[in-house]
Amino acid sequence: MTARQKQMLYVGATLIVVMAWAFYTADGPQTTAVLAGTVRAATLLALGAMCGMIGERSGVVNIGIEGQFLLSAFAAFTIASMTGSLFLGTVAGVGMGLIMGWMLAAMAVGLKVDQIIAGTVLNIAALGLTSFFYDRSRSLGMGKYTNIDLGPLADIPLVGTVFFSRPPLTYLTMVLLVVVHVALFRSVWGMRTRAIGEHPGAADTVGIDVLKLRYINVTIAGGLAGLGGSYLALEAVGTFSRAMSGGRGFLALAVMIFGRRTPFGAYAAALFFGFTTALQNQFQLNNTFDIPPQFVGMLPFVVTIIVVALSGLIGSMRDPAALGQVYEKG
Amino acid sequence: MSEVLLAARNVSKQFPGVLANDDISVQLRPGRILALLGENGAGKSTLVNILFGMYRPDSGQVVIKDEVVDLHGPDDAISRGIGMVHQHFQLVPPMRVVENIVLGAEPSKRGLVDLAEARKRVVELSQRYGLEIDPDALVEDLPVGMQQRVEILKALYREADVLILDEPTGVLTPQEADHLLGVLRDLTETGLGIVFITHKLREVLAIADDIVVLRNGRVVGETTPAETNESGLAEMMVGRSVVLRVEKSAAEPTDVVLAVDELEVNDDRGHLAIDGLSFEVRAGEILGIAGVEGNGQRELVEAVTGLRHPLSGTMRINGEEVTNGSARGISKKGVAHIPEDREKHGVIAVYSLAENSVLNRYHRSPFSLRGILRRDVIDRHAEDVVEEFDVRTPSIAVAASSLSGGNKQKLIVGREFSDDIELLIAAQPTRGIDIGAIEFIHRRILEQRDKGAAVLLVSAELDEILGLSDRVAVLYDGKLMEILDAQDADRERVGLLMAGITQ
Repeated sequence: MTARQKQMLYVGATLIVVMAWAFYTADGPQTTAVLAGTVRAATLLALGAMCGMIGERSGVVNIGIEGQFLLSAFAAFTIASMTGSLFLGTVAGVGMGLIMGWMLAAMAVGLKVDQIIAGTVLNIAALGLTSFFYDRSRSLGMGKYTNIDLGPLADIPLVGTVFFSRPPLTYLTMVLLVVVHVALFRSVWGMRTRAIGEHPGAADTVGIDVLKLRYINVTIAGGLAGLGGSYLALEAVGTFSRAMSGGRGFLALAVMIFGRRTPFGAYAAALFFGFTTALQNQFQLNNTFDIPPQFVGMLPFVVTIIVVALSGLIGSMRDPAALGQVYEKG
Repeated sequence: MSEVLLAARNVSKQFPGVLANDDISVQLRPGRILALLGENGAGKSTLVNILFGMYRPDSGQVVIKDEVVDLHGPDDAISRGIGMVHQHFQLVPPMRVVENIVLGAEPSKRGLVDLAEARKRVVELSQRYGLEIDPDALVEDLPVGMQQRVEILKALYREADVLILDEPTGVLTPQEADHLLGVLRDLTETGLGIVFITHKLREVLAIADDIVVLRNGRVVGETTPAETNESGLAEMMVGRSVVLRVEKSAAEPTDVVLAVDELEVNDDRGHLAIDGLSFEVRAGEILGIAGVEGNGQRELVEAVTGLRHPLSGTMRINGEEVTNGSARGISKKGVAHIPEDREKHGVIAVYSLAENSVLNRYHRSPFSLRGILRRDVIDRHAEDVVEEFDVRTPSIAVAASSLSGGNKQKLIVGREFSDDIELLIAAQPTRGIDIGAIEFIHRRILEQRDKGAAVLLVSAELDEILGLSDRVAVLYDGKLMEILDAQDADRERVGLLMAGITQ
């Protein structure tokens, strides 16, 4: 990051804090609701973005995150309602994510199918399967994950409610952001992962098994999207409904790109997109604008288009050099 | 210390349709430099890939340090102390030097890369061998010569006792190449053995202790620099005596054909690749553009042939402005183009030889009539090209992909030369083809000049530039350093200009 970019970052952050505080003093409950909604929406996006970036850093595009969210949410909800255990449901969601990650790897890495087609297969399969097996009568008898206050931190006005009085999977996601950051940029695994995404031939000549590492990474990344599915069904909503991922798997890719394929960058972007989602919700609840709700609902997606287009203009964001390419030995 | 560091014993390797290695034996001793010399397709790369564990021989043995080994992959070879510097660098551009060197064998603590330790080892290594490098620089910011140094350090970091270098001087200026040869000589002092693969005769004579010449997959000669000279080596490589210098008469330049003025062109990434270039090429002369690859040659050629639009400046052909002309429009003005990448831009691999022979004129009479191709006319034309330009092929109906590199190039030259040419733009016209075909193409280019065509010759091979050109322009970082008359353009002077140094 250049000094100028850093400076802009500090200015932006300060501005946001000041504005949030101004709004909070003007209308406490509304501001808290919007910001809490921001974090809620950002969690799912951050998980999807981490799934996407691990794949892309290894050279594999994953546009199947949407499907991974959906089928994992379905698995999590079904198992949780059958066993009565949210924990087992979460595990099932992650497991389903791993399976779908493995399927993507099998197609895109093993069988060398075009990566976009492989991801699309996941999306279509997930939508079809969940619509077919969806059982309307099922419900979570015990309710969804509830908030856990983090001691005195939760008592800080505004910040406490927004960040330190959240359900468990939100905390887990924040921990995972740090873990993935360290893993990608400090660990042996991360260095090799970045190498196979940039120049698989170079990695191969120093004895790194490119295909195996891609297989592993795409599978693990699927687990993160699986956690996102669990979060969606068991923490954010508390039930399963048809096509409930609602395009957020794709939004997660935009978040990943905007966050420059880094966990913290992605989280910042996720908060931004989450904010537009929360704002839109609040507008609809209050009926702020006298227009059909569908138009207000477009807000996050319109902002996505504008932001992605703009970021293409301003920043020189370089993709990993081997992104989307099949690796052939020799 | 072992007697034999690395050896192939009676190694054979069959690929579909060719016997790439036929009972080859070579041997490398500690502290020696073994040069493998041969034309493209002679079997050098196959042999080296066998020694490095990429291929397994069909028969014969690989010996490493007096021990017969069975290599299952490059990691096997690496762990036995074989290091390879590939022709195309195997480096990750956006990563740091130190990361590139340790990649795959990283010092680590609890799964995290110990960068401090890695940097310490790299600095130590570079001091021990006198190969200075900034460990924190990004590889993509380094000049090619430095990147090559990183590759060598990468091998040394893995404690290589043998370095295999595949065409290591292809991307270097003559001075950088000489420097590399010096570095390699120093490395042998420590007992390291080096296998040096090349097709440049001069370098072989300058550095090798032992020379092995390959032709058609066989060892056709073993010698030492003391026992031979350039023409002796060339004869061994080709199997007959060859003329290394084409005879040519003095140029008789007349009118200006191509006039380029203050041309600026961007590369694919939007960076300025050609920065305010002005020059003229006259009918009846060859202007050679010398320079290390990647200094704007591709962009220049693409701009002049209409494949890339310039940012600013003008280009005129015979006085007519063609600055933003289409490739076809420019071609119509009598411009012939031998593209640098014949596989990508020279031929269409799946088309037949006949179809390829009219790619520049299929839409015109007599090859087509009201939008319908006239196969009989095309076939007759193709037969003529094959005959006149000595394209070795079983028939004109085979796909272009089945031709060897040299024959593809002769086909392209034949196609481009079958009209009257005002201006010939030849980019790397003899890259990767055998000496016989090089000689043939050089004579044809000179013939065009003598018939009154203006020739713009772009080549990374300095010998080709110096051998053919009437005037030599040196391109460095998108700018023309100087335009020299042929008699003032010696290797030394042009070499310095290629590195951006003006006296």
